[in-house]
Amino acid sequence: MKGEVKLMKGNEAVALAAIRYGCDGYFGYPITPQSEVLETLQAEMPWETTGMVVLQAESEVAAINMVYGGAATGKAVMTSSSSPGISLKQEGISYIAAAQLPALILNVMRGGPGLGTIQPSQADYFQATKGGGHGDYHLIVLAPSSVQEMVDFVTLGFDLSFKYLTPTMILADGIVGQMMEKVVLPEQRPRRTDEEVKAQCPWAATGRTGLRKRNVVTSLEMDPARMEVNNHRLQAVYREIEKNEPRWEEKDVDNADYLIVSFGSVARICEKAKEIAEEKGIKVGIFRPITLWPYPIDALEKAAKDKKGVLVVELNAGQMIEDVRLSVHDSLPVKHFGRLGGIIPSPTEIVQALEQKLINPEK
Amino acid sequence: MEIKEIIREENKVYSSPVLLDETDMHYCPGCSHGVVHKLVAEVIHEMGLTETTVGVSPVGCAVFAYNYIDVDWVEAAHGRAPAVATGIKRLWPDNTVFTYQGDGDMAAIGTAESIHAANRGENIVMIFINNAIYGMTGGQMAPTTLLGQKTSTTPYGRRVDLNGHPLEITELMKLLDGTCYVTRQAVHTPAAVRKAKAALKKAFQNSLDKKGTSVVEIVSTCNSGWKMTPEQANNWMVDNMFPKYPLGDLKNE
Amino acid sequence: MAKVKGAVTVNIARCKGCNLCVVACPTDTLALQPHEVNDRGYHFAYMKQPDNCTGCTSCAWVCPDACIEVFRVKVDE
Repeated sequence: MKGEVKLMKGNEAVALAAIRYGCDGYFGYPITPQSEVLETLQAEMPWETTGMVVLQAESEVAAINMVYGGAATGKAVMTSSSSPGISLKQEGISYIAAAQLPALILNVMRGGPGLGTIQPSQADYFQATKGGGHGDYHLIVLAPSSVQEMVDFVTLGFDLSFKYLTPTMILADGIVGQMMEKVVLPEQRPRRTDEEVKAQCPWAATGRTGLRKRNVVTSLEMDPARMEVNNHRLQAVYREIEKNEPRWEEKDVDNADYLIVSFGSVARICEKAKEIAEEKGIKVGIFRPITLWPYPIDALEKAAKDKKGVLVVELNAGQMIEDVRLSVHDSLPVKHFGRLGGIIPSPTEIVQALEQKLINPEK
Repeated sequence: MEIKEIIREENKVYSSPVLLDETDMHYCPGCSHGVVHKLVAEVIHEMGLTETTVGVSPVGCAVFAYNYIDVDWVEAAHGRAPAVATGIKRLWPDNTVFTYQGDGDMAAIGTAESIHAANRGENIVMIFINNAIYGMTGGQMAPTTLLGQKTSTTPYGRRVDLNGHPLEITELMKLLDGTCYVTRQAVHTPAAVRKAKAALKKAFQNSLDKKGTSVVEIVSTCNSGWKMTPEQANNWMVDNMFPKYPLGDLKNE
Repeated sequence: MAKVKGAVTVNIARCKGCNLCVVACPTDTLALQPHEVNDRGYHFAYMKQPDNCTGCTSCAWVCPDACIEVFRVKVDE
């Protein structure tokens, strides 16, 4: 139903958005804090309505390979997990990227390393944006800061993934996965028919209909010269994505003295910090990258121009700050503030960090 | 009668399989993979499944099966073929999906995927080449390597105290409620090859009939890994492999 | 009395000289070329005693490289 406003968790919203997108298959394995995705899908029984397949796999490794199999046939398939589970999926993700297949992967990040904690974190930034698995590849990485964006990025993620034949990751965190907000769900789209899938994805391994030339989905190539060509083909796609798809959001950047750069749910906390800072007479702008890869380098460089300093706020020990520094070069001071292990910073803490690290730095 | 009078199209009683490419196979001389490839190609063609079959070839010597058998293929990571096949089959339930796995794939790195796909009763065919050695990587110990058998990582022979026991994964498969047909075959004699072909046909038919998972183990040779001639390897297989991995149907429902 | 006569063709380029067809042949028809080799250096199989062949197809069934095709005719003695 169009325009219907509902209250729900981010994880539940992803499940409903996937059904409404016309997703063909979900394969997952329970892990906190994202098990509601699989639970919601099982409760909704979309196989009875849209025909979507939902399967609880025996492991994250199996789940991502079921996604690989489904994607290799041109279907719109997805998985979700949280940090330790995403580590297990990296092998399969590398294969999916190498074989140039569309797929959607949700990571609801929790604190690490190791088994870590089940509370929110953004410590998988490097893993998501710099490769994660083996080999030269990229995922398109979308960072939602609200339940509504969790919904919207399912559609955006699938669309980008099919456009560039590159897997897309929604890099969420435990806050946005677990918190309840009002959300507007998209209208139900029909799933593509098998004939439509075959027409849209002539490369897919769907059987040699009409005895056409056989399709082989593979990432293997023994000849290094041909493998280099394959790599260049991937890199050419990545350059296109870097050119066309950087996304970000700015708040009061033009009139600010200081810039806070933050992604995901933490950017929401930074908005409150901005209010508190302004009460103190500190003019703050907020720059929120929405695509973490491709990183909005040019936009950030422009936003940071003539500022007195940049504070990067993350739920990690300093990961995105490297991309911020690459974007702004050495034109101004760039400092980091982060809480680790599942602790969420308060807005006051962020303002204090701004004051201590940039406005009145200790000598 | 002159030979050229016999060699005429109308007298042909055995042809090369239609679905086997002209491409030379990379396998060593005498390798069992070639015979099994031939049978798979024949069965798919004879059952009229060329347009609806998708094969999954995971890492191992047979990862390049997609270069030889003329159906659609998805190459898979080591051990992941049953999961990949599950994804394909669930989304295209009317297609015929088979995996072609070695012993490392089926019984070591992919044990979880293999057991669980079979336990779910996925309507797929799992072809399992058991030659008791890792061929592609150069002759290391496999989960099915026999006690005392020399490999490059058991240079003095496999020992229970160091390496554990040979894994009879096909016997495990038999216990699972999801499997409908579990059989062990070989391709070392003309009679054995005929029986193996019949087994493969039955497995593909089970998939069409949506009866569950069929597992067809082919006890095979790896003569280069075993450091024997192809003929010696066949004889060694009969004397040593068959007592541990006896041929026949383990389950036929 | 009718007698069966057979013959085989060997795809010489494809043959790897594994000898399994020779072992499988019940009539001692086949052998590997003792001296001649194909482009890849393999002593390929050939009908050494073609008169023996009954076209039983045993060689073709066991051939790992699908090199062998078999022909068979019934002839009256």
